[in-house]
Amino acid sequence: MALTDVRVAHKEEPKHAPPKRPKFWLHRFDTKTFPYLMIAPFFVLFAIFGLFPLIFNAVVSLRHWHLIDKEKNGWVGLDNFTKLAGDTDFWDALVNTFGIFILSTVPQLLLALMIANLLNRKLRGATFWRIGILLPYVTPVAASSLVFAVFFSRDNGLANWFLSLVGFGQEQPLDWRAGTWSSWIAIAVMVNWKWIGYNALLYLSAMQAIPKDVYEAAAVDGAGPWRQLWQITVPMIQPVVLFTVVLSTIGGLQLFTEPMLFDENPAQANGGYDHQWRTISQLIYRVGWSDLNLGYAAAMSWALFLIILIVAGINALVTRRLGGGK
Amino acid sequence: MSRAPQDTPGTWKSYFGLAAILLVSAFPVYWMFVIATSSDEAVMSSPPALIPGDQLMVNLREVFTMQDVFFTASLINSLIVAVAVTASTLFFCSLAGFAFAKLRFRGNNVLMFIVILTLTVPNQLGVVALFIVMNELGWNGTLLAVIAPGLVTAFGVFYMRQFIGHAIPDELVEAARIDGALTLRIYWTVVVPAIRPALAVLGLLTFVATWNDFQWPLITLNGTDFPTSMVALSDLASGNYVVYRRVLAGAFVATVPLVILLLVGGRQLVRGIMEGALK
Repeated sequence: MALTDVRVAHKEEPKHAPPKRPKFWLHRFDTKTFPYLMIAPFFVLFAIFGLFPLIFNAVVSLRHWHLIDKEKNGWVGLDNFTKLAGDTDFWDALVNTFGIFILSTVPQLLLALMIANLLNRKLRGATFWRIGILLPYVTPVAASSLVFAVFFSRDNGLANWFLSLVGFGQEQPLDWRAGTWSSWIAIAVMVNWKWIGYNALLYLSAMQAIPKDVYEAAAVDGAGPWRQLWQITVPMIQPVVLFTVVLSTIGGLQLFTEPMLFDENPAQANGGYDHQWRTISQLIYRVGWSDLNLGYAAAMSWALFLIILIVAGINALVTRRLGGGK
Repeated sequence: MSRAPQDTPGTWKSYFGLAAILLVSAFPVYWMFVIATSSDEAVMSSPPALIPGDQLMVNLREVFTMQDVFFTASLINSLIVAVAVTASTLFFCSLAGFAFAKLRFRGNNVLMFIVILTLTVPNQLGVVALFIVMNELGWNGTLLAVIAPGLVTAFGVFYMRQFIGHAIPDELVEAARIDGALTLRIYWTVVVPAIRPALAVLGLLTFVATWNDFQWPLITLNGTDFPTSMVALSDLASGNYVVYRRVLAGAFVATVPLVILLLVGGRQLVRGIMEGALK
């Protein structure tokens, strides 16, 4: 109703004030062209700083692209990739990346589920608890990694002191950085600490969207809280579980800051004296910006990209099977 | 009486569990503060210090007066980068979100689909080529190289489009049009006042992510006199003889702004993360 009234008024408007031509052009520009100007910044910037680098990376990976030693620069075809296939540094880093990834993702998502389940109750101070578990999320990774680097030091480290309280390592303190497994665990602890609360909130938001009558029916069947969680809640929030699995895969396989700053001398980007915890991202950094061999670093980036695609795909399938199979 | 978990009151066990989780969440930040306030002896003692000392000012003075790490400048740089990226993200994302949600133009849906597709692109993997692009532009080693890639994000455009779609009735936009207002004016007088909550959420998420970013700033600013505070921290921790009370005093200073943000805007952050999940 109101609209038609207004439209009539709109038609009569010329009687009072004939529109000036520039106004008409302005109106045309404003409705036809201006919307494109509003969305243009995103597309232009993404093209320059997002899409182009990703494609150009492929070009760089087919060249010798050295920042200092420039006389060899030029097309090398697939040389970088054949070199990669036989590069033990790369495969070792891949093993480390996967080891740390599994140690940091599986507990992370399981604990996030448990915590979300705890938060999914009628609680006093619900907002307070939710804000509290976000503290690790807002803490800079660089800062928290440095705290953990001290926490896991061999002599006078708090981690070893806690272990000694339960009677472990009194003779010989555990050298966290020396061993493969211990260094992986230390780094995984950092990743877990940072992301559990964040993922718990993602799960919680999905849990609260589950219709209540689903639980009514289960209660009649006599399902206890534990069975309720595994047989109703988890299958119902499966899309979000899938989302977090994929997100953690993409993030976890690119792990960089934690292993970098766990080193006693981060500038070296060693990932341990025997590279026992060096991740692929760290290796890319080392090859690209210490050895200045950008062509080879770009090839490694591509390899990592493919690996992430494959693993994220597999993980997504596995998650769907596990969730839908019951 | 509903049997749904969210209607079941928490038992003392749930509160006990939550308190334990909160302790674990807060402990590293607390311990950062402990070491930042301790002397070398306290850091090296066994058991390690668990209670703050009185050396905070001494340690801070050392951090801020170091000859080879420009910590004060790096904090200012972090602030410049985070504020510039946040302001620009809010402006461009809300503008684009408004266009996608409320304006009719050819290709609207297809272009929005492309925006959503770009959400899945792992940007970090283009880092080598991005470095070469910045070299061509002559921006490596300057703050421009850190700011430019973050000026507008796919997530921000998507988030704003969803919010504006729900929050602003079409009639409101139409009415303003009939009054003869141009699009930009409608954006400023109708859209912006109505989306303040979403601006707060996106602003917080963007500021936190930008302030905390490490890998790309490290690559482009390495070895310059203009690092961000995260790169400066890595410089503090590098070298043959590292003084941890100094490193963690710096880390603590770089963490404080974010703890304050969490205290002030925690509610919005929680909402943002929980809303972002319901895609």
